[in-house]
Amino acid sequence: MASAREILGRIKSVQNIGQVTRAMEAVSASKMRKAQERTEASREYADKAREVLAHLASQSGASHAHELLQGREPVKRVGIVLITPDRGFVGGLVSNILRKTMRFMEQNTGVEYKLITVGKKGRTFMRRYGPEIIGDFDNPGDDVTEGDARGISQAVTSAFFNGELDAVYLAYAKFVNLMQQDAVVRQLLPLGLEDLSEGAGPMSHGSAPYEIEPGPEEVLDSLLPTLVDMQVYQAITESLASEHSARMVAMRAATDNAKELAEDLRLTYNKARQAAITNEILDIAGGAEALAQADG
Amino acid sequence: MASGDKLALDIVTIERKVWEDDGIDLVLIPGIEGEMGVLPNHAPVLTALRPGVVKIKKGDNEEFFAVGGGFVDVNPKKVVILAQTAEHSEEIDLERAEAAYQRAKKVMEEEPDTSIGPSLTARAALARHEARLKVVRRRRGGTGGVPHRQQ
Repeated sequence: MASAREILGRIKSVQNIGQVTRAMEAVSASKMRKAQERTEASREYADKAREVLAHLASQSGASHAHELLQGREPVKRVGIVLITPDRGFVGGLVSNILRKTMRFMEQNTGVEYKLITVGKKGRTFMRRYGPEIIGDFDNPGDDVTEGDARGISQAVTSAFFNGELDAVYLAYAKFVNLMQQDAVVRQLLPLGLEDLSEGAGPMSHGSAPYEIEPGPEEVLDSLLPTLVDMQVYQAITESLASEHSARMVAMRAATDNAKELAEDLRLTYNKARQAAITNEILDIAGGAEALAQADG
Repeated sequence: MASGDKLALDIVTIERKVWEDDGIDLVLIPGIEGEMGVLPNHAPVLTALRPGVVKIKKGDNEEFFAVGGGFVDVNPKKVVILAQTAEHSEEIDLERAEAAYQRAKKVMEEEPDTSIGPSLTARAALARHEARLKVVRRRRGGTGGVPHRQQ
């Protein structure tokens, strides 16, 4: 058995770790709330944009011919925008996203996959085990702006336009709730008009004839790219919320473990201390006995 | 317009809702086909925006926003501006707006005018920064003119 002093040292260090993980839990909780608010805040724009899109689509049959909406046959080169955290301590989150992405790529063997990584964890893994990485972005983190998302969406959109990619998917962790974050791989390009306008209400003014300036096609031309931005932005804010909630849960478990471990060690310490005292008493008693016998 | 008629206005971006007010008298919008003044009971219009200044009037008060392109959905009772970027004049810092404007101008000047793509981006950036500067100057009681002429 380790000496009582050694055990005391370990108790101290376990308690320190517990304090650190507790702090990290609190930080993650507040960051998660912020990320959730961001996702929430972009919903209004999303709803309105969908409404406008549904309206435009019903106005012009030509809208289906827009390049961003046009599916290609056959699909030969597929890009995956892989959004992962920069840092670990998130339980199984990163490996779930990576596993999902790898499985997705294994499904279709006739397709060449290319990656656009956002965040360190995915980049490090894919460099070693994945297909070619054609683009790499830093995870914008908690201060993500629409501009960050636009940089990514412009890169993939131009690759889509020039034929380097026939389709683009987003792989990230969808935030379900505090305990559940689902790794998803979802199509980004070509844009699915049906998916996008799904659940869109009619334009606020109902059926009254709308004047569209300059024309439905031109408005669609500038609307569609912003829908790509919007989806990338929402994927980033969602994966931030997922990252922070996963970390929060992991840190809470770590804090609980630290507490338990400290209690176990405390017991061991008490036993060791008791044993030491008993030994000392035995020594003294033995010594006294020996002296008494020598005197007698 | 009938007195007592008011217009509701939302300015939203992908990131957030920038402004919400349901008692507006007039809103001026930088439409792609030209400046557009919207009063209550305007006919429904859907139009793209160019980077510029949105001005709203409510009684004697005026508010200014710099928007960087987007769309507007005009209805008789409600106007929704979906902007790529939108900032209220109070949110813009003059020095930084000025610096950003100069940077955009430099990029624009240095860029060879051969390819259409990048120049368009540069031009849009310049227009956006110009709008921000206009808005922030308006707040300080300036003329709202392009700044560096009177250096």
